[in-house]
Amino acid sequence: MSAHRTVEVALGTSGLDANGQPVRVPLAHREARLAAGDDLPLREPELESDHMLINIGPQHPATHGVLRLVLELDGETVVRCMPHIGYLHCGFEKMGEYRQYNQIIPWTDREDYLNSPGNNVAFALGAERLFGVECTPRATVLRVILMELSRIMSHVVWLGTTSVDLGAFTPFLWLYQERENIYNLLESWLGARLTTSATRVGGMAADLPNGWLDGLRAFLRGFPRTLDESIKMLETNGIWAGRTIGLGALSAAEAVNAGISGPMLRASGVAYDVRKDFPYLDYETYDFDVAVGTTGDVYDRFLVRVEEMRQSVRILEQAVRRLPEGPINIDDPRLILPPKHKATSEMESMIHHFKLVMEGPRPPAGECYVAVESPKGEKGYYFVSDGTAKPVRWRIRPPSFVNLSAISRMVEGHLLSDVIAINASIDVVMGEIDR
Amino acid sequence: MNPSVHALVAQFGDAIVRYDVTWGESTVIVQRGALHEIIRWLRDDPIEQYDYLVDVTAVEYRDADRPLEVVWHLRALAQRRFLRLKVMLEKRGVLAVPSIVDLYSGADWLERECFDMFGIRFDGHPDLRRILLWDGYAEGFPLRKDFPLRGRFSRAEQLKQALNLDVAAPDERVVPS
Repeated sequence: MSAHRTVEVALGTSGLDANGQPVRVPLAHREARLAAGDDLPLREPELESDHMLINIGPQHPATHGVLRLVLELDGETVVRCMPHIGYLHCGFEKMGEYRQYNQIIPWTDREDYLNSPGNNVAFALGAERLFGVECTPRATVLRVILMELSRIMSHVVWLGTTSVDLGAFTPFLWLYQERENIYNLLESWLGARLTTSATRVGGMAADLPNGWLDGLRAFLRGFPRTLDESIKMLETNGIWAGRTIGLGALSAAEAVNAGISGPMLRASGVAYDVRKDFPYLDYETYDFDVAVGTTGDVYDRFLVRVEEMRQSVRILEQAVRRLPEGPINIDDPRLILPPKHKATSEMESMIHHFKLVMEGPRPPAGECYVAVESPKGEKGYYFVSDGTAKPVRWRIRPPSFVNLSAISRMVEGHLLSDVIAINASIDVVMGEIDR
Repeated sequence: MNPSVHALVAQFGDAIVRYDVTWGESTVIVQRGALHEIIRWLRDDPIEQYDYLVDVTAVEYRDADRPLEVVWHLRALAQRRFLRLKVMLEKRGVLAVPSIVDLYSGADWLERECFDMFGIRFDGHPDLRRILLWDGYAEGFPLRKDFPLRGRFSRAEQLKQALNLDVAAPDERVVPS
């Protein structure tokens, strides 16, 4: 038993046949080729006889997390790809059923952890629709800033890690410096870098500190230059182009039918962007373009994501200009805690504070599905409430889960080394896939 | 209300149990037997064109007498419409609904996840097995309300089972068909 374990766990099989030899999968179409009069196997009887099973992950740097792919290879060509997921399954949805709405927000930091502020905003939007309230104008713009900053953050990580996967180290270092700048901004605003918990139902965790917008403006001046320099190293680079063009292409019809969303869908030529098609946070009033590719291969996905970062900068510049003064929290005692100094000095406020913390806000019975355009695609939260302070069901519609489900179709027929590029182009975040 | 709701009622009549609108989203509750036909019609009808499957999931209420709900979220990308379909499943009856993998390839993993978490069978799914949890998982279906938050087994038992997992059994899935 124990002697088998390493191989078993690695391949999902015993790894050994009845004679204790490593498993070799018989070549299924060999008989067919012989029957068709093809004498190739007779000329090279030993070399061509077997398919090989190769296991990538779950602990492999190029799978961007604990994704495991079992590949059946004919030579170097992938015949079949069997993804295995679930290594990071935490049961966020189950835990959410035992928490008040505001207590769920820290879970949303941890699912798509490259996009924590975006998840916080999406969650707050969903919960607010369930409660039947709308956030203040200032909070709306602050949330747009968070959404677009986290889009840049996520795409920067994607571009950096993908370029490392494909052999370019410099863009990774340059882009991670920009990510660091965003994290410093988030830290000075929210006190946390990765797990931001930026929103509350009905408002925000905190207002901007003094001078924060200057920091954002400085970032917006510097980032496009870094991005352009990094892209210049890749865009016309022969190795980059050779390892991305024509790989893993999905047609528009295929991509729509597979439920794919985000940059992957747009790279296939479908201009579906939740920000444009089902606007939220007043996105319809911002001036930005949706990048659309033509072929849907890895190179197009790269171009689409790069253009999205530039558009995010445009949106951020507009958001900085229009950010109004005013409260960040709605004026609704059902949802918002009283100020701390009142809770410690006035009886009514203390009771209010106590009841809100201990019992939690109660939405009316009902259900709603709210989708936002996350960096990975359409991220949706589906809430069902029975009128109590805890949701009956809190469902995450994970974009990278659905995007990843098409990986078998994308890699089959390509070379083993291309699997790395195609897998990277999906932009998987296992925290979100396994939840 | 989404105009597709009236079109559905006109087209399928009795197969539509009821419909309502909450927070601007239309929900249509349909009969289990007609579900596949209804979704096929929604997808293929030249006026409806619900070409995008957003999500497949299920809801179980805390009230033990309320039936389990299986939920499909559909979008028509061109018309920018959103529609929610539901099938009610009595908990004492058979927990099975038709699979729509043949209509939307994206339903594959979503249905597997729903099976994994709720134990709902999707008839016609080509490869219905657990996806987030492992094949030998013996504690049941975690998102059901009768499943305790910390799992059915003690930590000691969970560890014991994990160590004794019978993974030595040959896995047929990796042999080419």
